[in-house]
Amino acid sequence: MAKPKVKEINTQADFDERVRRLELSDETLIGLYRTMCTVRHFEYTADRLYAAGKVHGTMHLSAGQEAVAAGTRLALQPDDYLINHHRGHGHFIAKGADVNLMMAEFLGKDTGFNHGRGGSMHIADFQSNNLGANGIVGGGIPQAVGVGLALQMQRRKEICVCIFGDGASNEGVFHEALNMASLWKLPILYICENNKYGMSMDVERVVAKLPIAQRAEAYGIPWSTVDGNAVVEVYEAIKEAADHVRAGNGPYFVEALTYRYFGHSKSDRNLYRSKEEIEDWKQNRDPIMRFTKHLLQAEVFNEEQAQEVDAQAEQVILKAVEFAEASPEPDLSTLMDYIYA
Amino acid sequence: MPEMTYLEAIRQALWQEMKRDERVFLLGEDIGVYGGAFGLTHGMLDEFGPERVRETPISEATIVATAVGASLLGMRPVAEIMFMDFVLLALDQIANQAAKMRFMFGGRTSVPIVVRMPGGSGTGAASQHSQSLESILMHFPGLKVVNPSTPYDAKGLMLAAIRDPNPVCFVEHKVLYKTKGEVPEDDYTIPIGVAEVKRAGRDITVVANNIMVMKTLHIAERLAQDGIEVEVIDPRTLLPLDTETIINSVTKTGRLLVVHEACQTGGWAGEVIASVVGSPAFDYLDTPVRRLGGRDIPIPYNRGLEKFAIPQDADIEAEIRMMVSGKV
Repeated sequence: MAKPKVKEINTQADFDERVRRLELSDETLIGLYRTMCTVRHFEYTADRLYAAGKVHGTMHLSAGQEAVAAGTRLALQPDDYLINHHRGHGHFIAKGADVNLMMAEFLGKDTGFNHGRGGSMHIADFQSNNLGANGIVGGGIPQAVGVGLALQMQRRKEICVCIFGDGASNEGVFHEALNMASLWKLPILYICENNKYGMSMDVERVVAKLPIAQRAEAYGIPWSTVDGNAVVEVYEAIKEAADHVRAGNGPYFVEALTYRYFGHSKSDRNLYRSKEEIEDWKQNRDPIMRFTKHLLQAEVFNEEQAQEVDAQAEQVILKAVEFAEASPEPDLSTLMDYIYA
Repeated sequence: MPEMTYLEAIRQALWQEMKRDERVFLLGEDIGVYGGAFGLTHGMLDEFGPERVRETPISEATIVATAVGASLLGMRPVAEIMFMDFVLLALDQIANQAAKMRFMFGGRTSVPIVVRMPGGSGTGAASQHSQSLESILMHFPGLKVVNPSTPYDAKGLMLAAIRDPNPVCFVEHKVLYKTKGEVPEDDYTIPIGVAEVKRAGRDITVVANNIMVMKTLHIAERLAQDGIEVEVIDPRTLLPLDTETIINSVTKTGRLLVVHEACQTGGWAGEVIASVVGSPAFDYLDTPVRRLGGRDIPIPYNRGLEKFAIPQDADIEAEIRMMVSGKV
């Protein structure tokens, strides 16, 4: 089984070699950059809206983890199914969800994906096979077994991508689900987005043996780990895994090592980690910063073009805020809607 | 009309629906060669094959979650939880997931699954294999909770449950499995959410579910010889509860007794009673409303102790006689 070592920081030579080998065009690379910028603007804008008192409920921001979302999406087919976790904005944006409808849902508006019933934690877009995020840690992991089973029974070519965090790997259903997915050779790509903390608990304090991905071995599932802050490496790892799954070989497990910048949820004083640690990740390992440097050195774009893409991404999010703020609240007369089909 | 057991009626419903609709499949523990712990799926593996009669590891939460996930892609899964007690292992998937997905996602999807689960005491299976947990399941909007008492109802409700676009908990009773009744061969459904007056009477309304329906009907025949006419109502569905049928009956009889095997505290009798006393039927009540539930204890193993943990014929009869005599 493949067990690539995680290199903390990849070199420009590594990057260039990988881009060549994977035949990634400049357009594709800039597309990845655009996705990551869009996610980051969404998250920082969400934080600002929250600070401004415009958000009623909670949120779990994924700033710092953008490379996992962007790299994963590039490795998948548009029709592949997604089951997501509560820190899911990035994955939804990468999958192509309309950010206007996402922002409207975040602000609890009737025009949101869920008519304001779900909020940040439950965004789903069934038209794009995005089966939603889950507020119960690990709750989606066994549901992916059902999605994979239906795909297998219906003899379809799509696969199910199930993304969850490090904390979810300690839920009982994680183990039930991996066992069943492997037994039945289901087309499921499990991605553990290890951002080092489950709320406040360092992964080293709650997982008896690292990496988390080696748990897959107990269920006969091939696995790998990847630097989740290196977008092209994420793409390569997920592509290899997705190809394995799509070829009918059963599930695959990838653990992407990354880091979240914001607290666990809306309010978090970061008592469980040092400012130095957070700054180290931001200054030295930021996925967008690293990718930008590589692209500049590879002359995929120049500073000015980079800023332009970033500014465009910001505009998309600002327009989404305008749309959301101008949208109506759900009518109170609709309170009892959507309970039963 | 052919006579068959409650167990056979449910099997026939599953069988016929799997023939009719290729999206329907079964999943659960030991449902294949073994035929399920009670033999309910006996013969179905041979008929439908291992893909549609899918035997699972002992993983209740993931059994239900698998049904949920498959239903999102248009399948119509029927999951078996071997004993109702084990549904507690799957409660996250039932209560937090299946029941809420349509609502949380703004009506943009639905979760058409059936989760079968045999409950009830009477088999010496002790505290962890004998509970009646249907009242718990009524507390989750988005679910439907069906609870048939006769072979006829069991088949019609199972066909309705599989075709329902919502998650349905199908609560069976182990002691009823061997009871017999007339069941048509044809395809028919019984609407979910509609109670049935199993016996008409003028003196008292007794609302009961599963085995308590049989017991109460039996007692009602005896009481009729003494001139006491008992109206017996089987809700058949506990969520949504058909309060209208019950309220109409109480308006006529002026007396209400609710009987169930589930522990009395927090049992669904409280829900029925609250619905009635909060309705115009209150003005027609001649006696205080009463309930007779299981004792508030875990089900014991010993035969004698087990028997007396739940309402017995004599208890029900005494309660009815007391209420009708006005000496409450």
